[in-house]
Amino acid sequence: MTLHADRVSWRRGGALVVDGVSLLPEAGHTIGLLGPNGSGKSSLLRLLHGTARPTAGAVSLDGADLGTLRRRDIARAVATVTQHTVTDSDLTVRDVVRLGRTPHRPVWGGDSPDDERAVQAALERVGLVEMADRPWLTLSGGERQRAHIARALAQEPRELLLDEPTNHLDIRHQLEILALVADLPLTAIVALHDLNLAAMFCDSILVLRGGQVVAAGTPAEVLTPALIADVYGVTADVGRDDSGRPTVRFRPHTRTEQQTV
Amino acid sequence: MLTLAGVVVFALSVGVAITLGPADVSLVNIRDILLNHLGLAEIPVRPSKDAIVWEERLPRALVAAACGAGLGLCGVILQSLLRNPLADPFVLGISSGASMGAVAVGVLGLGGGALGLSGGSFVGALVAFALVLVIARFARGGVAGIVLAGVASTQLFSALTSLMVFAFADSDETRGVMFWLLGSLEGMRWDDVTLCVTVVVAGTLVCLLSARTLDAFAFGDEVAASLGIHVTRTRAVLLVLTALLTATLVSVAGAIGFVGLVLPHAARLLFGHRHARVIPATAIIGAIFMVWVDAGSRVAFAPTPLPVGVGTALVGVPAFIVLLGRRRLRT
Repeated sequence: MTLHADRVSWRRGGALVVDGVSLLPEAGHTIGLLGPNGSGKSSLLRLLHGTARPTAGAVSLDGADLGTLRRRDIARAVATVTQHTVTDSDLTVRDVVRLGRTPHRPVWGGDSPDDERAVQAALERVGLVEMADRPWLTLSGGERQRAHIARALAQEPRELLLDEPTNHLDIRHQLEILALVADLPLTAIVALHDLNLAAMFCDSILVLRGGQVVAAGTPAEVLTPALIADVYGVTADVGRDDSGRPTVRFRPHTRTEQQTV
Repeated sequence: MLTLAGVVVFALSVGVAITLGPADVSLVNIRDILLNHLGLAEIPVRPSKDAIVWEERLPRALVAAACGAGLGLCGVILQSLLRNPLADPFVLGISSGASMGAVAVGVLGLGGGALGLSGGSFVGALVAFALVLVIARFARGGVAGIVLAGVASTQLFSALTSLMVFAFADSDETRGVMFWLLGSLEGMRWDDVTLCVTVVVAGTLVCLLSARTLDAFAFGDEVAASLGIHVTRTRAVLLVLTALLTATLVSVAGAIGFVGLVLPHAARLLFGHRHARVIPATAIIGAIFMVWVDAGSRVAFAPTPLPVGVGTALVGVPAFIVLLGRRRLRT
């Protein structure tokens, strides 16, 4: 057991944005967080990462409550990648990936061989070795997101939390990023909007609505026309691809017959 | 290596800058005077030269250097923490708070002479900073909230300063206070040097220890937190550090503008964005820059001294415009 959310709730400004969610990811799995806007995906990720404290329940890392751990120790086990982060700094790709070593370094002193090795391995993993010395501001959106993943990998975490990492990317880069994430030898929890991407790359899926879990299981178990109608208020046909994973096709004019509250 | 080269250039700059001005002082004289005062030699030097170098120009040059380095460093920290390229040491309302404090003492006679202009401005600066923190906390706007609170406080304290000057000051008092506020290194003594240099050296060390932390803020608070930085605590510590540093320097030398805004950008253009390099580079460039600007403003209209803030702005504004042009070309 590593990162474990046990019936966590978070009341934020009077609204219950996360409501009694439990999550115990299996090691090495890719878990998709689905749900409409405002369903609590990002909030749950913030609780899992300890940047927000739950108002009820607890998030633990190796059995210790996140609130009792130092940020630095959390950062050595859990890394995050968020959507479109921007900077004015004219750093190189390698500089950005090196930031991932922050929680491993002593306050004083230069880069250790371990640091350099981790940075190099992370660059190789995401295929950015050739671009390591390119200025950040010249990268495309997909390259930046890959660099952020490399930065997270340089932290050498066991768990990776990703908040809509494919936002603003074209379809090729969306597929590329998620294939990369699903292939990593660590536990990944990914908030996603695209049901087909979730079906293709996730081992299991957690569907949220109003901060509560409405369904959990494998993509084939969870992604049914009934659930999609219930949670998103749209009509969809769900088929199967060659590997047996669900494929979702939406129908237009849905809200007339499947209106939900 | 570069740091060493910078220190050598700095030492030479101080030496040459001291020779400038009326009274014929040579570099050899300066060497002799220094050796004498450090107790390493007893070389006969004319007492008038000794007094000019040891009592006037050297303390003045060293305070100038401390101000350049310190204000530059504050600029580096604030631009990084507030993620705003226009942030400078005075963005937190500190200079206008210092002005108000100085005017309150100089014009209204607040504190009954116990405070002095310096004391008044130091207190005023900290009051302004505290107010900014209170407003920012009240507004809960994060980084943008801090900047807006700083702008609001600056306006408020400027208005109060103007009001006091308008209502109570005679023209001599006004002129004295205003001259001091534009930045003035007239009549610096060794205890000013000790204070400024101590504060700036301590500040530099804290900054160097925070270099990696500041790097981690490149992509904002959330990424910094995910890299293991305690964001609120780090920001509080560094903001208080810059406030104390700025308040001290302003209370000694007035609000010297543009150094803290322009020099961090210059250092980044020359040495890249990693703080382990930007911090020492800014400190050294700042020190050298201010030594020359001060020497320039000392001799430009001699014997009438020019407020040093005028000099920094005259050099700083064109540099800033060039910088904005480069930013435009890049994006």
